[in-house]
Amino acid sequence: MSSRLRLFRDVGMSKYLLPVILFFVLTSFLFVGLYRDPTEVSSPLVGKPVPQFSLPRLDNSEALFSEREFLGKVSLLNVWASWCVACLEEHPVLSELANRNAIIIYGLNYKDDVTKARQYLVKHGNPYLVNAVDASGRVGIEWGVYGVPETFVVDKKGVIRYKHIGVVTQQDVDEKLLPLIGQLQSEVL
Amino acid sequence: MIPEIGHFALIIAFCLAFVQTLVPLLGAQTHTAQWMAVAKPAARGQLLFIAISYACLTYSFIIDDFSVLYVANNSNTALPLHYKVSAVWGAHEGSLLLWVLMLGIWTVAVTVFSSSLPRDMVARVLGVMGFVSVGFLLFTLLTSNPFERIFPTPAEGRDLNPLLQDPGLVIHPPMLYMGYVGFSVAFAFAIAALLGGKLDSIWARWSRPWVISAWVSLTIGITLGSWWAYHELGWGGWWFWDPVENASFMPWLVGTALVHSLAVTDKRSSLKNWTVLLAILAFSLSLLGTFLVRSGVLVSVHAFATDPARGLYILIFLAVVVGGSLILYAIRAPYIKSSGQFEIFSRETALLINNVLLLVATLTILVGTLYPLFVSALNLPSLSVGKPYFDLVFSALTLPLVLVVGIGPFMRWKSTPINQVSKRLLKIAAIGLAIGLVLPVMVAGRNTILVTLGAALGAWSIMSAVYYLFKNIRLTEHGTHILHRIRKIPHAIWGMSVAHLGVGVFVLGVTFVSAFEQVRELPMQVGQEAELSGYLFRFDGVRDVQGPNYFSKQASVRVSKNGEPVALLLPEKRTYLVQQNPMTEAGIDSGFLRDVYVALGEQIDDRTWGMRLYYKPFVQWIWLGAMLMAAGGVLAASDRRYRLKLKRRRKAEAQDFHEQQVTAVS
Repeated sequence: MSSRLRLFRDVGMSKYLLPVILFFVLTSFLFVGLYRDPTEVSSPLVGKPVPQFSLPRLDNSEALFSEREFLGKVSLLNVWASWCVACLEEHPVLSELANRNAIIIYGLNYKDDVTKARQYLVKHGNPYLVNAVDASGRVGIEWGVYGVPETFVVDKKGVIRYKHIGVVTQQDVDEKLLPLIGQLQSEVL
Repeated sequence: MIPEIGHFALIIAFCLAFVQTLVPLLGAQTHTAQWMAVAKPAARGQLLFIAISYACLTYSFIIDDFSVLYVANNSNTALPLHYKVSAVWGAHEGSLLLWVLMLGIWTVAVTVFSSSLPRDMVARVLGVMGFVSVGFLLFTLLTSNPFERIFPTPAEGRDLNPLLQDPGLVIHPPMLYMGYVGFSVAFAFAIAALLGGKLDSIWARWSRPWVISAWVSLTIGITLGSWWAYHELGWGGWWFWDPVENASFMPWLVGTALVHSLAVTDKRSSLKNWTVLLAILAFSLSLLGTFLVRSGVLVSVHAFATDPARGLYILIFLAVVVGGSLILYAIRAPYIKSSGQFEIFSRETALLINNVLLLVATLTILVGTLYPLFVSALNLPSLSVGKPYFDLVFSALTLPLVLVVGIGPFMRWKSTPINQVSKRLLKIAAIGLAIGLVLPVMVAGRNTILVTLGAALGAWSIMSAVYYLFKNIRLTEHGTHILHRIRKIPHAIWGMSVAHLGVGVFVLGVTFVSAFEQVRELPMQVGQEAELSGYLFRFDGVRDVQGPNYFSKQASVRVSKNGEPVALLLPEKRTYLVQQNPMTEAGIDSGFLRDVYVALGEQIDDRTWGMRLYYKPFVQWIWLGAMLMAAGGVLAASDRRYRLKLKRRRKAEAQDFHEQQVTAVS
């Protein structure tokens, strides 16, 4: 057992270049990450019941919002925050959906300041039936949220059926959400 | 006026940092003594002006100067004074100021303790640290000025984030930053050595106490964060693998590897390249952590769209510092000669295995943390990366690591005859296995293979550390009094043993709490009782409590076991007046062998509340273990061979000889 370990000796420079190459690969990902446009990624939670949680409501912090609210109807959960610029972009689209009574929209107000969130809704209109306040972001973790905005479609049994990452555009509504919602609403409980 | 003074002081500090970078580095390159001599006064002056700037911001908080935007956003007249002082680092701008203050303190500490080092080395080290400071000061001045004014001045501030109004979280960020910034010393030494082309083991010996101190701060910082999450979030969890936690854990893992590989480079002059690379990586990951947390790249896809300048700046700075260092490494490392050779069965190999395992663990966490980025950039099919991934991968890597922790100290440098070590250690391993089989049954009445493994490895690590100490005591000066012999043991040996003991305690805690914890979530009426793991919880009602800047619903829950009262728990639900955020304060009865934990949920009707009851065996061992690791670090850093400048070499040699003897006799 006397084989000498000649580690780190008598080798060319190529080996020493490896760290810097790896680092620049990582940096390019970080760079893309700064400006990326979130494309849709299927979530591991799709097909699973909504995670259990219980959060105060935005309109009344004494009252509660929990996963039980999702039972018995098809609904959307939209993750948003007042600091999120992109949320403002999809806000008219959501308002339009709500005005047409196409679907119930719940909101998850994510890592936000309650006062600012309330002002936001006063200023831009409120498409949400109820908003849950997730100030610490822990419930967001349960839902697998990693960016704002995100939108979940939940069926009558309270099972997540679809997750949309990023801004919901009118095109998304017409081509993906409304057909899916129609299909889910025809399902028997 | 005061905020303007603070802003101006920050600009002067930036100029001094610039001088501190440029002049000494040029001086070292051209061997100009006067230029090199600029480093120390520039560094001290820089700290002075950062301190002035920091004091100005603190003053603005204390006098409630809401014309300063940062104060208006993070304070309130009703905020208690100690939270006003700590609110300075409560958000982005101020925490950057704290970062540069810490960096200034570490730099000045280097100027004080470096008199025995070659002049060009000191000049280069301070120059590199100055460069890091330039980067952060410029970032603060350009994108995150904490002294920005608003007009009209608001009458009242928006208050400090209630999550931060907790003693644990007050000291958590400074400790973390101490650790992050502390690694800059080792980094600066590594870069200075690469620049100078002179990488001897003096470099390693000199860096060791610095690295250990930084590592201790980081350990305490992470532990406090975890302890705080357990108390405040009301979920009974102690680690969530969220990106912000991972950002601090990765530098810790690499720092742990660095602490160990520095020992090899110091004592044996080998693994030099590896150690230098680790020194660069530890600080790089600290910077990356700052980037991840500060840019919001992982918290939200779009949060940053509001101000991409910040993220882009940090990314460019990261690319310059880390990319530049790694290129320098690639150019210089092939010429560094590591002299000491070693065989398969040697302490060097044990430490190398430790390093590889820690580094692989860091990589898996890095990949897991950045996974959402990779996925969206490459359009990969999504896999679940969350707690299950981290738990699985991390325990798979930790278990062999703990095995090596028990063996390593008994290995001799260079080469170890196997049979010398094996007999005693096999005995300890057998006892460990027996404990692994029996202890879980005593704690919870059941056992599984994984629990046996965890408990056995925890016990193994503890016993091996105690045995190592015992052996050292027995070998020291026969015939003298036992206390005298204990005192004679070098702090380094105490430090290592206590830290390794801490690893064992930690492993036991994690094993038992994750396998045997009990949870019950239920609605409770006033007067109702509920049972969990032999404990009876009686809900006596909820009353209103008024705090300085919040009001609170406080429940009263009496816990008893076999009719004997155990504790009165008062879990709370606080609503802070300004931000209206609800916060939980869990009611916890902590014990050496178990915690009983109650979190108050939501009100269901007049007399009924949601409650979460937890029984958590051995959970305190997690933080106890972590604090023992930190204590071990403190002991190791206080070893006399780092303190004595005169006769230093002789002492160190004597100690090496002592260790050789210890391992030879086993």
